[in-house]
Amino acid sequence: MVSFKINFEEVSFEGDSDTPLLWVIRDHLRLTGTKYGCGVGQCGACTVHVDGVAQRSCMTPVSGIAGRSVTTIEGLAPSDAGLHPVQQAWLEHDVPQCGYCQAGQIMATADFLQRFPNPTDAQIDANVTNICRCGTYVRIRKAIHRAAELTAGEES
Amino acid sequence: MSAVLEKTRVTRRQVLVAGAGLAGSFVVGLPALASEGEGERTIGWFVQINPDGGVVIGAKEPEIGQGLRTALPMMVAEELDVEWDKVSIRQMPLGIVKTADGYTWKYGGGQGVGGSTGLTSNWQLMRQAGADARRQLIRAAANRLGTDESQCRTEPGVVVCTSLGARIPYSDLVVEAAALPMPEDTTPLKAIEDHRIIGTRRNTIDAHDIVTGRAKYGFDTEQPHMRYAVIARAPVLNAKVASFDAAAAREVDGVLEVFRINGPNPGEPYQILASGVAVVATSTWAALKGREALEIEWEASPNANDSSERFWRENDEMLKDAGQVVLDDGDFDAAMAAAETTVVRQYRVPFVNHAPLEPQNCYAYVKADSCHIIAPTQMPSGASRAAAAVTGIARENIRVEMTRVGGGFGRRLTNDYVAEAAMVSMRTGWPIQLVWSREDDVRNDFYRPGGTHEMHAGLDADGKVTAWAQRLASGSKYYRRPNMPDENLYRAELYVDDFPRRIVDNLRMEYFHNAIGLPRGSWRAPAHTVNAFVIQSFIDEIAHETGQDPLQLQLDLLGESREIEYSGHGGPTYNPGRSARLLKFVAETIGYGKELPQGRGIGLAAHFTFGGYAAHAIEVTVAGGELSIERIVAAIDCGYAVHPNAVDAQLQGGTIDGLSTALGLEITVKDGQVQQSNFHDYPVARIAAFPARFETHILNWDDVPTGVGEIGLPSAAPALTNAIFAASGKRIRRLPIGDQLA
Repeated sequence: MVSFKINFEEVSFEGDSDTPLLWVIRDHLRLTGTKYGCGVGQCGACTVHVDGVAQRSCMTPVSGIAGRSVTTIEGLAPSDAGLHPVQQAWLEHDVPQCGYCQAGQIMATADFLQRFPNPTDAQIDANVTNICRCGTYVRIRKAIHRAAELTAGEES
Repeated sequence: MSAVLEKTRVTRRQVLVAGAGLAGSFVVGLPALASEGEGERTIGWFVQINPDGGVVIGAKEPEIGQGLRTALPMMVAEELDVEWDKVSIRQMPLGIVKTADGYTWKYGGGQGVGGSTGLTSNWQLMRQAGADARRQLIRAAANRLGTDESQCRTEPGVVVCTSLGARIPYSDLVVEAAALPMPEDTTPLKAIEDHRIIGTRRNTIDAHDIVTGRAKYGFDTEQPHMRYAVIARAPVLNAKVASFDAAAAREVDGVLEVFRINGPNPGEPYQILASGVAVVATSTWAALKGREALEIEWEASPNANDSSERFWRENDEMLKDAGQVVLDDGDFDAAMAAAETTVVRQYRVPFVNHAPLEPQNCYAYVKADSCHIIAPTQMPSGASRAAAAVTGIARENIRVEMTRVGGGFGRRLTNDYVAEAAMVSMRTGWPIQLVWSREDDVRNDFYRPGGTHEMHAGLDADGKVTAWAQRLASGSKYYRRPNMPDENLYRAELYVDDFPRRIVDNLRMEYFHNAIGLPRGSWRAPAHTVNAFVIQSFIDEIAHETGQDPLQLQLDLLGESREIEYSGHGGPTYNPGRSARLLKFVAETIGYGKELPQGRGIGLAAHFTFGGYAAHAIEVTVAGGELSIERIVAAIDCGYAVHPNAVDAQLQGGTIDGLSTALGLEITVKDGQVQQSNFHDYPVARIAAFPARFETHILNWDDVPTGVGEIGLPSAAPALTNAIFAASGKRIRRLPIGDQLA
């Protein structure tokens, strides 16, 4: 049995310990905001935070997160009423088209902005590598810059 | 705490109690799929008004990211006269009604999205639904007030009768309005200058659900007692299962059933793509692990020697002979003989995969005489037909519900995965969620056809194009279609009325079919994506070859605003002057003709696609074998932009799709096997490929909207490759660009 926290709640999983975290989150915990896109860590649709750091859950065996804390898109917002600045920026720029990749994009960006709070376009290019098949990259880029502004505003 | 999260928390505790048991034991988080509008607060099929004044509008079309779940309700809300922030959306299921000789649509119009028709086919219907509902509310108010409907008007959400000093909210009138018979005369619609919702910037109605992870896709379907299924698919095109050993697979914890799935014969029409072995389990991971453990012997396939290398070689051989002449305007041979200059070039466009980010999946529950389907599909009627074909159940007893769709691009026009899910459910008797892995999706698709295009042009002494030919050897999309005569295979690949037909007098098109075993289908803007690259590259080449300016040559050909006959989809006419307007606009905006440093270049292209027009200007740097896209200017003329925010999004996304595909995407075959398998070798472009300087412009033309989902794609790739030539002198005649600049 593997025990860990998901969105600040203790859970445990009794199935195969090699099950990727993605499928535990989706099939067993029924948190379906985290998506399957490729299964090999290429597309980033499955991005979650493990102890606050972005990780591609399709490549993470659940055994590897024993005792750690996982945050999914459902738990990203600081409160049920509010939104995380990245989510807010995504709304302001109306980023989603089909929307399937966007939870992963948002989770990846939230982590990226912790490391690059005032990012350049070159830093975005080098560090934000999730695939959006609809091609929402124009708006994603604007929303990342906007999220950085919103985050700075919250902290000042 | 929201209701959705509350429910999720309850589930989690139940899961903890049950350990790794069947997730399907718990019925929560269902996709928001209520039944169609019925009930005393519903006027017609699409409008429900709640006691609190909230308005629920039925969305009858699949949402694949193109924005129809916002655009169609905007039309209803406009005519209904309600505030947009009072509107919420309910996804409607497929509505078909049995008739004496078949089926007809229940909701007064078709359902399904392809060919950029979802907006235009609903433009009249959805506005009328809103106008009719408003009229009934006015009539209900007039009845109650004892006056004539002409004495009443509306303000958003309220019927007003000034002479009697009455203001009655819609929510107080809806029950009476819903009970009134519809008037016999047609309710007039608003003039576009009176629009205050249509034509204005509105955000995606589901955006909040998407950014919080609540939006439900097909992959997220959960139903009582649901099991998960995957299918082991033949590695070689069209191979059938000879035998299999399921012993190890059955030992995988959670695997419940393993059995053979019979596919179609090679070359014959299909319900599903190929034979395979299904694994049914209690979770997705168990099904995938069970599949890994299978040992399958495959029969020899007639396509075992298919290869890309052979396909391209055969195309070259075919083009040495005469093909099927599918168009022969004027006298091409005489015009070429009389030409001062002739130009001949060959271009190669590859097979490509749709790669929607949500892989194929479908929920099916087949019972003795009924069936329930929940699917991410572009064609719910096709889903109904597919399920009927494999189960024998009458279509009126098959309920088809649509989820939000994680990308379409034409892949989900075909419902093979619905047929598969129905087959597995019928065999097991269980409710089944069938899922495809990414590898399944890359290796088993209805690919965009590849082809080799030989282009000929003849020019007179003034540099005017007097003769034009396109000779194409390709694998037609219509391959394996039922009742498709060979002489019609070209129709999917050559749209004979495309530019420069009826502009260049002596024009010939010739087709050669190469029947490679790769399945083919509709890939966003089908043949336009291919032919725009070929035609717009060739015009650029002709200009450079004959010392003309590419923009001027193209403007000379396009000419003034006028309607030209166009018998294909998007007709009955098109106006090359609208392409010229866009081309001039993007050229001026990017500063075409300005001095550029060494290694910099600007490329232009325009195309007419399914009724709409787009043009691109792209500026690139090519240095040391490295390509850098510096700036993109894209413009679209979709007549009247109904939902400008989505028009803008589709132009951005279509441009990126066109460029991503041109940069690096190709499906190849060797020994009858697709060689790509996932995003590492089918590298859909990431954000770094596209510049921050990326502008989109909407240039309205008249009050007639066209679709937008495909219009922005075709001219992107040739603008890029023309820019590469301008920057480096390197002409790209073979896609993808790949490492050709190195």
